Amino acid sequence: MIEIENVTKIYPGRRGMFGEQPPVTALSDVSLSVRPGESFGLVGESGSGKTTLTRCILRLEAPTSGRIRFDGHDFATLSPAALRAMRARIQIVFQDPFASLNPRMSVHDIVTEPMLIHRATLGLNPRAQTERAAELLDLVGLGPQYLHRYPHEFSGGQRQRICIARALAPNPAMVLLDEPTSALDVSVQAQVLNLLGDLQTRLGLTYLFISHDLGVIRYVCDRMALILRGRIVEQGETQAVFETPSSDYARMLISAMPEVAFD
Amino acid sequence: MALLDIRDLHLSMRSFDGAAHVLNGINLTVNRREVWGLVGETGCGKSLTGLSVSRLVPEPPGKYLAGQILFEGEDLLQRSEVQMQALRGTRIGMIFQDPTTNLNPAFRIGTQLVDVALSAGRRDPAVLGGARGRGARRAAEALAVAMLDKVGIPDPAARLQDYPHQFSGGMRQRVLIAMALIGRPDLLIADEPTTALDVSVQAQILRLIRGMVDEFDMGVVMITHNLGVVAQSCTHVAVMYAGNIVESGPVRAVLTGPQHPYTRALLQAIPTRGVVRGALKGLAGSVPNLITPPPGCRFAPRCTRAQAACRAGLPEMTGTQHRTACLFPGDRDD
Repeated sequence: MIEIENVTKIYPGRRGMFGEQPPVTALSDVSLSVRPGESFGLVGESGSGKTTLTRCILRLEAPTSGRIRFDGHDFATLSPAALRAMRARIQIVFQDPFASLNPRMSVHDIVTEPMLIHRATLGLNPRAQTERAAELLDLVGLGPQYLHRYPHEFSGGQRQRICIARALAPNPAMVLLDEPTSALDVSVQAQVLNLLGDLQTRLGLTYLFISHDLGVIRYVCDRMALILRGRIVEQGETQAVFETPSSDYARMLISAMPEVAFD
Repeated sequence: MALLDIRDLHLSMRSFDGAAHVLNGINLTVNRREVWGLVGETGCGKSLTGLSVSRLVPEPPGKYLAGQILFEGEDLLQRSEVQMQALRGTRIGMIFQDPTTNLNPAFRIGTQLVDVALSAGRRDPAVLGGARGRGARRAAEALAVAMLDKVGIPDPAARLQDYPHQFSGGMRQRVLIAMALIGRPDLLIADEPTTALDVSVQAQILRLIRGMVDEFDMGVVMITHNLGVVAQSCTHVAVMYAGNIVESGPVRAVLTGPQHPYTRALLQAIPTRGVVRGALKGLAGSVPNLITPPPGCRFAPRCTRAQAACRAGLPEMTGTQHRTACLFPGDRDD
């Protein structure tokens, strides 16, 4: 589905009032591939390069070197129109559902906005868009009666469901989930994780699940990679990584997990 | 005498829609060397309980309707703001969630630590070894270095000259812990002390707090929504729901044999080892509106065991060590 080959991203240094800042290597020689229909977990602490990698995948940022191919197409070589069409196929859900919904847009406008942007690809007229928005709300467990409400009327978990509906609107093949449950209570997190699992089975979605919570990754992902200071330090089947971690970093992270267990 | 004894505390908060009864009869006793975890979903009153102990709930909109907060036998609710200031930082230390916003960016770490030490020294000269005048400043600086060293900051004497932005998130939280402990408090209120931090740093900070408990002979109230953190670092736990404590007791007893359906639901929502995909149980619904709370047990609308009796009146806490407020307790599945 997506192949990341030897991607390096270096942010240039800056000269400012307070002196020079050296260049920052945010990603160095990152290679990984996500297979169609799987959940791939990317785990790293703050500053490890998780966000830079998602920005490169969405082509919000161009890698300094290396290639990212989605469905066999290299984003760097696509024309702007082709890139826009390709973007309908890959969507993202952000961490903070309180910051990622425009408070002045109704749920209807939020969920139909991607359909409007990608109308060339999707070809939906306004009526069909509204119908699809209602279907999507049903799909994420909210129901069409919420179409004309505004974000402030919803709880955190419900907002994240709206974000998921918006991500699904242009019919993507792949969804990037950037810490989708870290702003939620565990009780709500469990519901959202189950919803994501359910949607994956029903729609055949591919997930790239970014998190710092190893418990969540263990629950959701088939395969995973650990990223540390811009480098992938371990990659493999989730179960194998947890049971027989090969790197010191993986062992350290797993032992630092706060588990509800007594020995 | 208990270090902290909260008795039947009722707090209401005024809002545009009416008064919300946010703490509805809290009872909590904390002794020295006990680390109490206060857990529950967002909006259950955990932080307001913590803030009440340090009397940092603004009044108005807050209003204490009834109850006592006994700190070594003396009711903090009867104290004036000036008298509370004498306690904060010396007898009662506090750590908050976000280490980035709780340090003044315009002052060196050393200045901020020395200020707290000097102020603590004015209340209790023993903190600075009885030094006065210029000697007090020197003693305060030495204390600041010693505290930074204790919380694991390398080369502490040199770091006193640094500004907050020169520290990472984990290091800033260590500085805040040093600041909270510099006055040798008897009670530490830690409100989500590790939520903003990476797991590896979290483990270090929790170990650090645990280590300080015995060294300083403190009692700790640790507010968190992470039951894993409670299991790893608390001796006792109190589970809060909608302004009530619904279950409390020694941490192992509560987490391995939860009696209240809410505690059970929270535990079942955690993706622990061996839970297969799709088997996690979420908890439907959300914390009720506290302006018009449901009658009787406030958890009843979300509870699978609720019956008519549950809606008739608020259940009393029963039990001696491991206590629960439920008419149909038990750790079996329904």
